[in-house]
Amino acid sequence: MVTFQFVPYHEIEKLTSAKRINKLLNIVKEDKIVVMEGRLTKEEEADLIEITMEEITPKFKGIELSIIYPERSRLDSMQRMRGLFANLLLGNRQGLTIIGPASIVKRIQKDPDKIELFTKENGRRRKNKQ
Amino acid sequence: MVTSLFRKIFKRFSPFSNRSAFKLGLYGPPNGGKSTLANKICVDWLGQEMSTVSHIAHETREIVIKEQVSIKNKKGKELTFSLVDTPGIATRIDYEDFLKKGLNKTEAKKRAKEATKGVIDAIKWLDTMDSVVVVLDATKDPYSQVNITIIGNLQARNIPVLIAANKVDLKKSNIDVIKAAFPQYEVMGISAKYGTNVEQFYEQLFKLLK
Repeated sequence: MVTFQFVPYHEIEKLTSAKRINKLLNIVKEDKIVVMEGRLTKEEEADLIEITMEEITPKFKGIELSIIYPERSRLDSMQRMRGLFANLLLGNRQGLTIIGPASIVKRIQKDPDKIELFTKENGRRRKNKQ
Repeated sequence: MVTSLFRKIFKRFSPFSNRSAFKLGLYGPPNGGKSTLANKICVDWLGQEMSTVSHIAHETREIVIKEQVSIKNKKGKELTFSLVDTPGIATRIDYEDFLKKGLNKTEAKKRAKEATKGVIDAIKWLDTMDSVVVVLDATKDPYSQVNITIIGNLQARNIPVLIAANKVDLKKSNIDVIKAAFPQYEVMGISAKYGTNVEQFYEQLFKLLK
């Protein structure tokens, strides 16, 4: 069985970067796949990889990570403006971040608007589309 | 981002800055060919290799620096930099993968431990780079989050980037997919192993480091 845990933006909004990363990593270490509303900053993504590496043991083999985010170049100027205002008022909730334990998630393939998640458990392919 | 910009400007115009200490980093996922490219550059311009290469991933587990690498272009212009070969950045390291490649359990665990440290070092060193060549395996999917995170972090730090789409000698290679994935950057198709397009790659380095 594969468990997905949804992390809404408001749950991580007020947290510092370090606490945010630890929260996500702790869920992953419980062998759950995180589906987070929004995305981490680029620096937080690098920090997440760094902290993951620090935590690797023969049991915890790391993570698989993928982020779907609307490409700004594909949006018209009105959509960009709306996105900007929404970000200012509500925080950057756009996009979807998926983080899974490497022991369960074999590979996440991005195509680039579609995420395909290949799990190790039964070799079956699960798909998440945005 | 602003701090990074000021740091760059200060570094460039400071009378104390040493231009020969300009750092060119080779970044990318494991087994993309960073060390093969580092060796090609060093053999071409210094007559000696700098790193060991292997078909087993995470062969480079420590930062390797070759100082005073000078390259010349067709017009005779010279460029000197420190070449920094970095360990491949990954989000997962499983010692069992190394067992499958023929290492024994002790060696595999040791390699995995060193590889995790290598990834941490590579990320920490990002801030010290002046320019970066991101070496990608042109036969693989470029949309991996590791590639996107590396390039996104370089962009956030205003570090100039050239993408080397390596292994173009292989039939499966596809430079167009890499160009489509990272349209904001120059993508140079090369084969570091066989020297394909390496002359053009050096010309691109001059543009990158100017």
